[in-house]
Amino acid sequence: MSEKSQSTNPPAEIVPIYILGKRYDVPASLTIQKAMEYAGYQLIRGCGCRGGICGACGTIYRFPNDSRLHFGLACQTVVEPNMYLTQIPFFPGNKAVYDIEAIEPTGVEIVRQYPEVVKCMGCNACTESCPMDIKVMEYMSAAINGDVKRTAELSFDCVMCGLCSSRCPAEEVQYNIAILARRLNAKYLTPKAKHLEDRVKQIDEGRYEVMLRDVMKADPAELRRLYIETRQMEPAMADEMWEPEDKRFL
Amino acid sequence: MPYTAELKKLIKTVESTRAVRVERKKRGEEFPAIPVDQRSDILQKFHPDYREGNRKEIRVGPSKGYAISKEIVTLLEAKSRVDPAKIDLSEVDIETDILVLGGGGAGNAAAIIASERGAKVLVATKLRNGDANTMMAEGGIQGADKTWKDSPYYHYLDVLGGGHFSNNPELVYTLVTEAPKVLSWLEKLGTMFTKYPDGTMRSLHGGGTCRKRMHYAGDITGAEIMRTLRDETRNKRDKITVLEFAPAVELLLDTDGRCAGAVLYNLETEEYIIVKAKAVVIATGGSGRLHIQNFMTTNHYGATGDGLVLAYRAGVPLCFLHTVQYHPTGAVFPEQAEGLLITEKVRGAGANVVNIHGEQFVFEREPRDVEAAAIIRECSEERGNGVPTPTGKFGVWLDSPMIDMLEGEGTIKREFPGKTILFNRYGIDISRDPMLIYPTLHYQNGGLEINSDCETNIPGLFAAGEVAGGIHGENRLMGNSLLDVCVFGRIAGKTAANYVKNIGKQGKLSIDHVKKYNKEVATLKQADTPVSPMVLPDYSNPDVRKRQLTSNYVGTIR
Ligand SMILES: Cc1cc2nc3c(=O)[nH]c(=O)nc-3n(C[C@H](O)[C@H](O)[C@H](O)COP(=O)(O)OP(=O)(O)OC[C@H]3O[C@@H](n4cnc5c(N)ncnc54)[C@H](O)[C@@H]3O)c2cc1C
Ligand code: SF4
Ligand code: SF4
Ligand code: FES
Repeated sequence: MSEKSQSTNPPAEIVPIYILGKRYDVPASLTIQKAMEYAGYQLIRGCGCRGGICGACGTIYRFPNDSRLHFGLACQTVVEPNMYLTQIPFFPGNKAVYDIEAIEPTGVEIVRQYPEVVKCMGCNACTESCPMDIKVMEYMSAAINGDVKRTAELSFDCVMCGLCSSRCPAEEVQYNIAILARRLNAKYLTPKAKHLEDRVKQIDEGRYEVMLRDVMKADPAELRRLYIETRQMEPAMADEMWEPEDKRFL
Repeated sequence: MPYTAELKKLIKTVESTRAVRVERKKRGEEFPAIPVDQRSDILQKFHPDYREGNRKEIRVGPSKGYAISKEIVTLLEAKSRVDPAKIDLSEVDIETDILVLGGGGAGNAAAIIASERGAKVLVATKLRNGDANTMMAEGGIQGADKTWKDSPYYHYLDVLGGGHFSNNPELVYTLVTEAPKVLSWLEKLGTMFTKYPDGTMRSLHGGGTCRKRMHYAGDITGAEIMRTLRDETRNKRDKITVLEFAPAVELLLDTDGRCAGAVLYNLETEEYIIVKAKAVVIATGGSGRLHIQNFMTTNHYGATGDGLVLAYRAGVPLCFLHTVQYHPTGAVFPEQAEGLLITEKVRGAGANVVNIHGEQFVFEREPRDVEAAAIIRECSEERGNGVPTPTGKFGVWLDSPMIDMLEGEGTIKREFPGKTILFNRYGIDISRDPMLIYPTLHYQNGGLEINSDCETNIPGLFAAGEVAGGIHGENRLMGNSLLDVCVFGRIAGKTAANYVKNIGKQGKLSIDHVKKYNKEVATLKQADTPVSPMVLPDYSNPDVRKRQLTSNYVGTIR
């Protein structure tokens, strides 16, 4: 059975790592996050989803005699011998407060909300520090150039961990600029779903009231019958505009 | 860790049957689904819910006699973290109109709507705002909005069929009729749904759906919804205050029996905080971190079922907790990714599930419980068709490379960028090699009893999201939970905001219900009475704990 969650089976190779400069010997197969727990920490800060998407566990590390810093998410990065690491569970960042209904999808708007954006000096430290391999500098320059859509698309996988920001000499808060761009892009630069608007109207007009109240009253046997007989399956390979034969319930 | 030589050899077997399977799929031929009336056979034999010794009757509280997973029962038959006699209710630390417990999708939706209706809101959450299961959802959100082929009628039937026709009809009605409104709300807030160039939403099938109505934002739908809602919460800072690392450990009532606040615990300073509120919304999410039956889980770190405990002590009954959802496809390889969810969308996009011989043994879009049971059966001794992993477990293949063959080169990379990056880190290219999977503990199907206005049986106490039960009956379909948290989160916000306008004068704060509950628990005469809520799971090294000679742990935390 594939059970048991936090197992460290089987007794694995043990390697030294340095958490905040202090040595701990931990199994080599663990992620940084599990290695900290193995070392005896009960995590409060720096641990959220444990699945690489919440951005709580940004971590900076380096090796002796290595001139370079390395960046990773603690829940995703497997330990390596002699890594010196620290988590950056929080980094202060500026967040503009705006009314999404009252702003424009333009570069001018981004500069209005985040005037510091133009101070970017193109050093690329942000891209080098991003654990999601996002081209951060590129989305920042797209923002400066007023290309909101490109900023949105390039930054889509951002987990808002803040590592880029912690390394930025221009003190930018890249991830907040990115989410502003994504919201503007989705709201204003992408056409609205017409069918969604139509459907909301149909519901508000009560089109499904009787239909639904009827099924809600159906006894279990009748429900099963409806489930089996009226639900024609849309084929997996059907194209978007496929239509069912039975149109009574649309 | 890339695939080992043994696994690579087994992958060859999968490859040898792939072309034929792809051709069949292209012709629209699917592996036969298990007939509806035969579902219960396989469930009873192989689903973990039915495993001998799993369920136990609760011996205290409003749902006494109800048999559910024993891991949850342990938390319900436990005493409070803090001795209620020590809590001084005459000193209120914070006062607010509405206290929202939980910073996930439901909590943020409730806070936004309540604040728009003029209420002052405090969101208290365990970790950071957004460290939540909502952030982790990948696959998508349902909603019957394709006018030419779908409607709330079909959505309704699908939800019921998935839930084995046990769902609360009123809640399902609300879910399916509010769905298009919620999608429209999210679109308006600026959620980047994946669309066709003309704005039409792209949508896919999910397990148990008869129409393709799974809307998505790449393969990080939940994260996109969560960060958008969180950004909106932050934009409303004049009305909404967020208190992080401050889980609720107890509710407060007033002397008239209405809910009137909560006791929070500051995880950093270890002090307790008294919050007085006119209404409380519980949106504390699920309980995967209880590791029911030792299963690995997909859930976030804070999913320990606290909300169930708090509300149960105050007198709210539980429903549908006798079933727990195991997601059919959790990673079992490599070890570092264990338990991690592989979204159902992979199967929705056409990938077969195959055994060690490269054979299909189940239709890949069965409802989750049926699909999970079929995989467990395939790996059981009875069938013996599981693929052994290097750590001594078993799994089956999820044949992702089929997707590129069906939909064109590059589809996987485009539709599943997150999983592509993740597996690349381990040296596995999921567009060329299949993934090794096994069911993983995923979702709390049931929870607190609510009505379609999110009211509980206690005035002033509302609940929404994964913590509540009834919407999904005994089994939730993919994409209906993100929907549920938005639909009912919004409703909870609205109902609570209306409620606080006319409550008149509140009685005095009281914590007597906890005193009473503790007494009832004491009558069980357990050798070692546990403490709850759990707040955080205990993953620290037991050897280290043994040497922490002066530390005092209450339950799993200090
Ligand atoms: C990996 C994964 C993938 C999923 N994929 C999908 C999908 O594709 N489609 C879909 O529809 N659903 C999916 N789901 C399910 C769905 O995401 C969740 O059920 C839903 O988001 C729950 O939302 P919620 O707001 O109720 O709870 P959560 O989002 O979990 O939020 C609960 C919040 O409450 C906080 N909290 C907990 N205890 C306390 C306390 N004592 N005091 C204060 N705060 C507390 C938590 O820290 C958290 O912030 C997925 C779930 C997971 C885990
Ligand atoms: S862009 Fe910045 S905040 Fe976003 S994931 Fe990369 S480093 Fe983290
Ligand atoms: S680190 Fe800062 S200054 Fe350097 S490129 Fe990135 S945003 Fe610009
Ligand atoms: S804990 Fe969420 S990204 Fe690592």
